[in-house]
Amino acid sequence: MSSPVSTLSKLTGSFTAEAFAAHLARVAHLPSWWLDRQRAAYARFVELPMPKRTDEGWRFSNYTALTLDGFQLPPAVKAEQIAHREIGVTGAGTLLLANNRLAQHVPLAPALAQQGVIFASLQHALLYHGDLVRSHLLAQPSKFGSDKFAALHEAFLEDGAFIYVPKGVDAELPLGVFHYACGDGAAVFPHTLVIAEENAKVTVADFFRSDSASGAQAAQFACGGNDLYAGHGAQVTYVAMQDWSRDTLSFQFNAIVARRDAKVLSLNLHAGARQARHESFSQLAAPGAHSEMLALTIAHGTQEFDQRTLQIHQAPNTSSNLLYKNALLDAAKTIFSGLIVVDPDAQKTDAYQSNRNLMLSDEAEANSLPGLEIQANDVRCTHGATSARIDAEQEFYLESRGIRPAQAQELLVFGFFEEVLGKIENAQLHDTLANIIREKFKS
Amino acid sequence: MSQLEIKDLHISIGDKPIVKGLNLTIKRGEVHAIMGPNGTGKSTLAKAIAGHPDYTITGGDVLLDGQSVLAMEPDERARSGLFLAFQYPSEIPGVSIANFLRAAVQARMAEGEELDASGYYKRLYAKMDLLKIDRKFTSRAVNDGFSGGEKKRCEILQMAMLEPKIALMDETDSGLDIDALRIVAEGVNAQRNGPSAPGILLITHYQRLLDYIVPDFVHVMYDGRIVKSGDKTLALELEAKGYDWVKQEFAAATA
Repeated sequence: MSSPVSTLSKLTGSFTAEAFAAHLARVAHLPSWWLDRQRAAYARFVELPMPKRTDEGWRFSNYTALTLDGFQLPPAVKAEQIAHREIGVTGAGTLLLANNRLAQHVPLAPALAQQGVIFASLQHALLYHGDLVRSHLLAQPSKFGSDKFAALHEAFLEDGAFIYVPKGVDAELPLGVFHYACGDGAAVFPHTLVIAEENAKVTVADFFRSDSASGAQAAQFACGGNDLYAGHGAQVTYVAMQDWSRDTLSFQFNAIVARRDAKVLSLNLHAGARQARHESFSQLAAPGAHSEMLALTIAHGTQEFDQRTLQIHQAPNTSSNLLYKNALLDAAKTIFSGLIVVDPDAQKTDAYQSNRNLMLSDEAEANSLPGLEIQANDVRCTHGATSARIDAEQEFYLESRGIRPAQAQELLVFGFFEEVLGKIENAQLHDTLANIIREKFKS
Repeated sequence: MSQLEIKDLHISIGDKPIVKGLNLTIKRGEVHAIMGPNGTGKSTLAKAIAGHPDYTITGGDVLLDGQSVLAMEPDERARSGLFLAFQYPSEIPGVSIANFLRAAVQARMAEGEELDASGYYKRLYAKMDLLKIDRKFTSRAVNDGFSGGEKKRCEILQMAMLEPKIALMDETDSGLDIDALRIVAEGVNAQRNGPSAPGILLITHYQRLLDYIVPDFVHVMYDGRIVKSGDKTLALELEAKGYDWVKQEFAAATA
């Protein structure tokens, strides 16, 4: 490379060649195929440009605030050092990752382990289940113009969660995964890989949090991903709760593959971060596959939530249903850009895409870019976006019962969210989501 | 004794005067009926007292226990003891009756005070049984997809749970068949006795409701004012003679 140093540092920020060498030294015990991939990913990261104004994939987003400076690979922390808030969804096992390392592992319920369910760190899986990881980890392309950050994630991924449910096994109790970022300037690269084989069933709760000891204002960097693979007839429920510190720059890349008659429900709750970009890519790969793509966002202050989605129907008789709901307060900003693609032979596709914004402030800004690209002729595809304020009559009705305006608003936001929350059947998981939303209103 | 005093009250919608100098005092435990033809300002009166932002009070005062409520926000008025049973209650999708009522009860508690959940549900279920509301309703969204009768029963349930000092009941009989009307009236009558009985202002177009909720006083409202007051026999007289009688008397009086 002949690029001047100044240009190079602009392209890498804190993620310099020295930082990458330090990372490689820490993962030297992992299989060489994986380290080769990380080296290749780092090379791509260095070469790829930062997003610029004319990039369609960054339309409306504050691309100039995507600074990569001021972060570092953080030191290890022990589980005891983290102000870990227990939640009531630790039904079948828990993995706690902090600063890119496994900090605590509450093993699976023995009954599930005996049936061949694997719930382990990603490093463990790389070492002992290499073939499974190799076929599914980051196997889907980046589709939204974030190749640089996707490459950064792949290059620096150190550890994560690995969940494997063999054929016919029902691991329906939620498995809980916690990813913590601790300390000012911490850069974390969380990853959760879920593989559900034929007719398997699994529920995963994935939490993204900043250690409260480092303060709500810790400037952190999170660049995470998850892969959800649902084999023939499998049912995967994945609930992610993003509650990073209020000064975090966050990327999350979500890839879903649903095989024949598989059903995947993914729900992403976005509460934290200064600026958070979430990309979700669903592939309906075989007949009968279904993907339910749900998201709830509570945006306040000057937060920006940038959500980009793609539903690709590759086979006939597949269905997908996307419902993203944003509640915007203060001077917050949301971007929704979604595309439904129906391949030429994906007849009888039934695809739905809806982005609904509840505007709680005149200064908030919601941007919607829904899109369709249909190459088959016998399909049902609908999409729409709406933005509405709180209904004044509803608000008066609640206040006329003595409920204070702030709480009336909160109730109406919950009412607005319930259409999504109500799809989570597990009561504890439902309550956990509701609690995060409630806490966000208190802050 | 708690009371609501409405003094020379003037209310406008935009620039249009609707209520034009209305005087009325309601004491706790009393039931006052306001009757009158459509468009005479009955509903405007109830909504404006509750603090609906569409109405402007241009003169006069409304005092609850001697305190003016006019500077209060709608939620403060409610917490100080006013209750409006809506003619057309709002539907609130996604908010369950249980959560809604709990928020309303909690709003009345001191800061830091915890709601006794089991006591709350016990009380709620008792009131629901009385109003013949299925307990499954607690998890249903407020008024969402309710029939007319269910909505009105839900209003009375809220009134029973919140125990206001003064209840303004706006056309509570509209849209009800006779069975639903009977149940609603029983629910109201059950609250008329005892030390926590509210003062009730019953707004109605029809005498029918007053067969079931027998008022202590009947007032006839016309053109933004009370033009005639009496006891329950006045309602019967109105029923027999019709509102034209009032209009003619009013025209004669102001001629």
